[in-house]
Parts: sequence; structure tokens; C-alpha cells
Amino acid sequence: MKKCIIAVLTASMLLAMAGCKKDETTASTTAATTTAETTAEVTEDTTAATEDTAATEDTAATTAEAGKVMDYAQYIATGMDTEVTIEAYVQGKQSWWDNKATVYLQDEDGAYFVYNMTCSEEDYAKLVDGQKIRVKGFKTEWSGEVEIAEGATFEIIDGNWIATPVDVTAELGTDGLIMKQNQLASFTGMKVEASKDAAGNDVAFLYKWDGSGEEGDDLYFNVSVNGKTYTFTVESYLCGKDTEVYKAVQNLKIGDTVDMEGFLYWYEGVNPHITKVTVK
Amino acid sequence: MSTRRLLSLSMAKALSVLLMLCLLLPMCVTLTSCHGAKPLHAFDVPDEFDESHVYEITFWAKNDTNATQKNIYNQAVTDFQKLYPNIHVNIRFYTDYGQIYNDVITNISTNTTPNICITYPDHIATYMTGDNVVVPLDSLMSDKKYGLGGSEVKFDSPKESELIPQYIEECRIGTEHFALPFMRSTEACYVNKDYVEKLGYTLPDVLTWDFVFEVSEAATKKNADGTYAINGQKTMIPFIYKSSDNMMIQMLFQKEAGYSTPSGEVLIFNDTTRSLLDEISSHAKTGAFSTFKISSYPANFLNAGQCIFAIDSTAGATWMGSHAPNIDISKEKLVEFETAVYPVPQFDPSNPKMISQGPSICLFNKEDPGEVLASWLFASYLLSNDVQLSYCQTEGYVPVTEKARKSDAYQSYLSQKSETDALHYRVKIEACEMLLSHTECTFVTPVFNGSASLRNAAGDLIENVTKSTRRKQTIDDEYYEKLYGDMRTLYRLDQIESQTTGSIKDLGKLPQTAVILLITLVISWLLIGAYVVYRALRKKKA
Repeated sequence: MKKCIIAVLTASMLLAMAGCKKDETTASTTAATTTAETTAEVTEDTTAATEDTAATEDTAATTAEAGKVMDYAQYIATGMDTEVTIEAYVQGKQSWWDNKATVYLQDEDGAYFVYNMTCSEEDYAKLVDGQKIRVKGFKTEWSGEVEIAEGATFEIIDGNWIATPVDVTAELGTDGLIMKQNQLASFTGMKVEASKDAAGNDVAFLYKWDGSGEEGDDLYFNVSVNGKTYTFTVESYLCGKDTEVYKAVQNLKIGDTVDMEGFLYWYEGVNPHITKVTVK
Repeated sequence: MSTRRLLSLSMAKALSVLLMLCLLLPMCVTLTSCHGAKPLHAFDVPDEFDESHVYEITFWAKNDTNATQKNIYNQAVTDFQKLYPNIHVNIRFYTDYGQIYNDVITNISTNTTPNICITYPDHIATYMTGDNVVVPLDSLMSDKKYGLGGSEVKFDSPKESELIPQYIEECRIGTEHFALPFMRSTEACYVNKDYVEKLGYTLPDVLTWDFVFEVSEAATKKNADGTYAINGQKTMIPFIYKSSDNMMIQMLFQKEAGYSTPSGEVLIFNDTTRSLLDEISSHAKTGAFSTFKISSYPANFLNAGQCIFAIDSTAGATWMGSHAPNIDISKEKLVEFETAVYPVPQFDPSNPKMISQGPSICLFNKEDPGEVLASWLFASYLLSNDVQLSYCQTEGYVPVTEKARKSDAYQSYLSQKSETDALHYRVKIEACEMLLSHTECTFVTPVFNGSASLRNAAGDLIENVTKSTRRKQTIDDEYYEKLYGDMRTLYRLDQIESQTTGSIKDLGKLPQTAVILLITLVISWLLIGAYVVYRALRKKKA
């Protein structure tokens, strides 16, 4: 009888412990199934839609393309708000928060910005520079920045490649520069120009766009070449206050000549997110 | 005593210990999980303020990424400390209400909240889930010595009767006030008047949703080369809304449809919401409507001649128009046009309704009542004319006291509209005048623990429908059923309702493992009972 009771109590304890176990597969399973569900929804929606012929045709095209991996040219040719699948290599991680990751990707043909894709913290750690991933999501545009919208899903696949920065100094201010959007780029021989701080003083950089911030916030600084001045940014999520580039910009002086590297981010025009600064 | 008997007793003891452990362990775990910060006593206003004691207080302030606002806060601290040298105010600046909220929540559990923070009443309702965390202000406001207009206060404090009644009422949660209003704003519709007239329309006295949608649809007409007829550009989003949560809330309130009850019952998932979303979807489909989250800042499109109706806070007025002091697009993109300022569109022009928003101030309780009183003195200093008038001029805010509104300095400020002087920027001052003349038309949503989540859900309904429409997904009954379900789950609206209404929702079948566990526990207790009876019978026989 006693053995029986002990056995039953032990069994109940084991069951309780098993019930308390964290389901570690939940996040990745959810991520994996989200896209599948979305695709299924699109398929069902397409079948159901009969009133708007044009819309139905567009949706059918979207569905046909969904899941098929596009190359960069196809991605660029695809319209906004269309489902896309691309494969590319991680070149920079901007942020992770609440199971959402923002990353820069690139392959030999072009670059991608993926905003707030579904990603567990554990998977985020696996996204090291050079790692190849496949991303499914919707193409969109925000203030000129073409990106794969929030809610995209991804999987890690075999492959590793690191981009060599392409020098775009001569292309700054040209219409063609947008074709290199989001690429890892370099800028050479640019001169640091004055920015006005909140008190109207000339300074080499600002914390936040108007100088209202403090250490740890984004850094904004002006640099010129060929008589034109551009605003570059150290995005604090991408490169925080402890990074070399953040400290280097804090030490800039008006008139310095600098070489830089960074990603060709867009906000109402080119707004590079700088990752490296070398004072000449 | 035989060896067997001894073993039997040992077994019985071991079993007893095991049973005790089984019973005590969950209790210990439960007690451990209840561990938290030491609860504070309810605050009572001290009879005297000890000016010989040095108080270090922290103030978490919010500015709109605006250096001038930071300078005003700093100046306020400097001026206040001249009056009260024994109160040292340390400011921490934020540019995001959400971040303040997160940090406060984190610090409540360790009793390390700031003394004062800028916040929204929605957030205060969540802070109040802890006992005596937030200081009720009624006794402080009415205190004859240190209250509003109190005899011992060292600055020109407004009297309680000089606070705008609507605004102080907004700070009431339940039966007491837990905040002071600091600044107030609403939303405005900034209109490219030139484009409206070019399309053959005349702006009415009161904008209606029908008018805005009709003009927006007319503006989607394209030329043969794919450019828009109205602006000759490749981009035109005629109607862009910055805060989709406010859009849904104001539409529902104007229609007197359900949103929530004061106690927290969620009413938003109703037929009116569905018809509003259908209307929004139809305009998203043609490209006549979009939101900030989907496209970008309404001001950028408006100033580039790519938008006709841009709805944003009056506190964003300095970004609106061809001559705006703050411009975020290149000079080459900027288009010259006349900016008209209107209240948000209405369903009933004879009964306009618009949301009231803007920062409020709350105080956190501390062990030393003197420290709380020091916090109160600084908080109430923020309502003095000096601070009110300087801060409200930084953006399209209005003062929260009649005292400031009626002052000569404020009236002079309002009278100097200009297209070139940033301080007196016409669009900003017109946005303020619009709110000043519609104060009685403003409303706020009910505040309860979870009201911030409901607000987010209201916005997400519009964002999701707009996004899905652009992605050519079908918006039908099935879609809405899933959307509503997703919103309830994502924002835990069912739990909010259960907490506030006491209603118990059907959570569905128990998981199989739980069923097995419960059955096992029942069997265990039956066996224990049987064993006790068995032992008793054997003892009786012996």
C-alpha cells in the first residue's frame, strides 16, 4: 500500500514537473508556421475573391511567387506590398527586442533591409555576420527605405559570405545611388562640417537630430564632398555608445577629413548608418 | 519491537515526511513567489514642510525630441531651487512615453520609482496595481498651506479653481485624482488648401469624414504616364493619419459606438467598428488612405505636395506646412502651398468631438512624507505661469490653467502669427486656437488597468486592415473573426475584462497532462485515506 502511494505521488510530481517544462520549440515553431499560414490565407483569399478581377489576378500572381526564392533583380522588380522570399547573407544586426530582429542582408547582387522579423533571442545569436538566411515577408517602403516589412519569418541555411564595402563617394547626390540602397558602402576623403547645437553653437556632431539627446542616443554629423554636404548617422541600436565608431564620432572635430564605412540606409534620401570612421 | 515493526515505523515516518514535503513545497513556492518590495503606508500630508532637511528628488521628464523643451525643464529646476534650496531636483529625460512606462513598471517592484514623472492616465492605472504606489493628490491639492494656491507656497501657484475643469477631471481615476495635467493638445487636420481647391472643392466650416474621403478619392486620379494628376508626381497619398489608435477611438466616440465601459469591459468589437474598418479598407484599396506606420510621417508627404489631409497632434504643428520651422525633407522636395488647420473630421458637424491628449504629472509614494511633499511642490511649480507659458510655446500645446491662458503674455503670443518667425509660426498658433475654442468638445477614454492595451488594439485594427488591403487579402467575415481574435489574444483583452468585470471566461478544455495530474492526485488521496482506514482497522483488531 505504502509503495503504491509513494509510486502515485512520485508519478504526480513527475507529471507536475513535466507540465512546468518550458516549451523551447514554441518560438521557432510559431515562426515557421506563420509564413505557412499566411501563404495558406493568401491562397484561400484568392479563391474566394471573385468581385475584383484585377485584384484576383494580382493575388494569384502573388501566390504563385510566394515561397519561390527571388534573386535581387526580381526583388527590385516586384511591386510593393507583395510577398517575397529572398536568400542573402547577414552583414549587420541592428536590434532585437520582443522577438523581433532588424538586420541588414546582402548578396553579390544587392542588399536588403529586414525590419522587425520574427526571431527568438536564441536565433538572433545565431545571426552572425556572413550567415546565409532565407527570409519570407512582404516588400514595403517607409520614407524611401525599401524593406521587408515587420512580421517576416526566416530560416538559417548553409552559406557564408561577407560583403566588401563598395566606395560610393563619387555617387553621393546622384540618382543612381539608390540602386545600392542598404549595401555596405565606404566613403573616402569627406570633410566634417559644422552642425548647430541647441544653443546655436557650431559642433562636429549632435546627439539626436537637433542636439536634444545625450550620450547613448543616435549621433548625427555632417560631412561634405565636392561642395555638397550630407547628414550621416551612427544608429545607436546598430552601434551603441561603447562601440569604436560611436567614440570616434564623439571625438570628431570640424574640418577633419575622414574615411567611413556603413550601410546605405534611406530616410527621405540617403542617410548612411555609419559603422566605421577613420580620421586621416 | 521486531525489526520488521521498526522498519514499518521507519517507512511510516518516511512516508509522513514525504507527504509533508508534498504539501509544504507548493506552499513555500507560493510564499516565495509573493516576495516583493515592502509595501508603503498611505501618504498623509505633513503639517509642516521641513526646510532644514535636504531632499533629493528625481523627475522623469518627457520631451518631443525638442532641445528647447529640455532647456525649459532645466530652467524650471533652476528657478524652483532658488525658491527651495533644500530640494534638489534631478531630471532624467525621455522622448517616449512608452519607455517611461516600462521603466516605472520595472522600478515599482524594487521601490525605486522616481518621485515625479510625466505620464498618461492610462499608464497610471497600471502603476496603481501596487498598494500606495501612486500618491492620490486630492488632499495635497486642497491643503491650505502647501496645496494649489496655498498660503506657504513660495511661487505664484494657480488655485484649484483655476485649472481647466475638463483637464483636471481627466486625471481622476475612480474617486480620486492621481495626476495633474501639465500640457494639453489634441489632433488637427493639416490641409493643403490649394490642392483641395484645384480638385474643385471648397473647404467647409467643419471637415467631415465623407468630405475628406471624397476629396482623397478624387486626388487618386492618374495621368497616362502614371503620375498623379493633382501634383504631377509619382507619389500621392491624399489622406495620412499619424495615430491610428486615435482615429479609431474618435470615430467610435463620434458615432457614440462602444469602445469600453469605465470599469474596463471591452466593447470595441462591434458592428460599427466593422463598418468603419470596411470604409477605411475601401480607401486603402485605392491608395487614398494610409497611416504613419505603413507609409511614414504625414508631415513629410504634406510638405512634399504628396498628401492633402495630414492628421497629427497639434503638438506636431511645427512640422506642418511649406514654412514649418522643422522640415525633414530636402529643399528640392518642398512644395509651396497654403496650410489650413482644422479639427479632426466629424460625423456630426453640429456636435464635434475630439480627443484630449498631452502629458500629465504623477507622484510616487515614498517612506518619508516630507519627500513626497517636496515632490508635490515641484510638480505644482510646473503649473505656474512661467513654466506653462514657456513650455506651451514650444509646440502646439495649450496651458492647462485659466491663469496662464488669460495672461497678457499668452494673449500677446497668440496675436503674433507669422509664416517666418518660428516662435509665432502661424500653423502652430492656429492649432492652439483650434483647441482653445473646442476645449468643451474634447474627451478622453476610460482609464483602467489595461486601457493602454485596448488603445493599442484599436490602432492595430486599422493598421492590420489597411495593410491586408494593400496586400490584396480578402477582408470578409472570416478575416474579421480572426482579426478580432488575434487582437483579444495579443493584448490580453479577455483577461482585462475578467479582472475588471469579474466575469469568468470559458478557457476551453483542460490540457491532457493537467487531467492526468488531477486524476493522479485524487488517486493519491484516496489511497492515503484507504491506508489510514486500513491501519485503524488493524490497530483495532490488535
